[in-house]
Amino acid sequence: MKFEKRTRLSSDIPTASMPDIIFMLLIFFMVTTVLREFSGLPVNLPKAVRIEKLSSKNHTSHIWVSKEGLVSIEDKLYKTEDIRHIMYERRAADPQLVVSLKADEQSRMKLISGIHNELRKADALALNYATLQAVD
Amino acid sequence: MAKKKRRFKGGEIPTASMADIAFLLLIFFLVTTTIDMDKGLGIVLPAEGEQVEVSSKNILNCLINSTGQVLLGDEPTKISDINRVIRQKIQANNKLIISVKSHEKTKYKDYIAVIDQLKMANATRISIAETQL
Repeated sequence: MKFEKRTRLSSDIPTASMPDIIFMLLIFFMVTTVLREFSGLPVNLPKAVRIEKLSSKNHTSHIWVSKEGLVSIEDKLYKTEDIRHIMYERRAADPQLVVSLKADEQSRMKLISGIHNELRKADALALNYATLQAVD
Repeated sequence: MAKKKRRFKGGEIPTASMADIAFLLLIFFLVTTTIDMDKGLGIVLPAEGEQVEVSSKNILNCLINSTGQVLLGDEPTKISDINRVIRQKIQANNKLIISVKSHEKTKYKDYIAVIDQLKMANATRISIAETQL
């Protein structure tokens, strides 16, 4: 018996749905990228060598400290004594909270130490000093 | 002169390049979105009211003054040398706790430089004392 040779098999990959697939990818990436939520204060972050990445954005809370001594959380200015209430609530809502301190390199330790104390009172003990990578 | 009537040849939009256009858009957005990862020096503050008795030989005081000079124990040390000195001290005594104390007017930059040096020396026991005048 002789086999019939198939000749009508098309070898093209269908490309008609390609734009749809790519649009899906595009929309997926656009939806999943989280843009910066708060602009904060203008700060010059200090530089350091041994820096580590913060594990998750969802568990991070930022405090901005400008060189004039202004303290800002989520684009609102606060007094140092108010930090404990804000951070206490956040800490209660999320036990994994890490506080990222974005302080200007010219700010004074008196203020930073005051923030340390406030965070200790709020029991938000995991702290991260936001820095830039120093070119070593 | 008589105008020629154009014959209508079906109104299809060419979709062959659609994929390329979508790819371009995709790549454009991928390139332009910068994901700013938070990076920095991690530290754990001591809990409020927590006091642990530590024998004085396991404590090394690291004082930073308002001009950014560092006193390590009893010796004035350059910031870039802290790494090396602390490394030796930890090798001699691995229970060593480094207590960082700074003046009220110390610049945050100097403080970060000291903490960075301690991290470079693999010091895990860092304690932050309150500022003093």
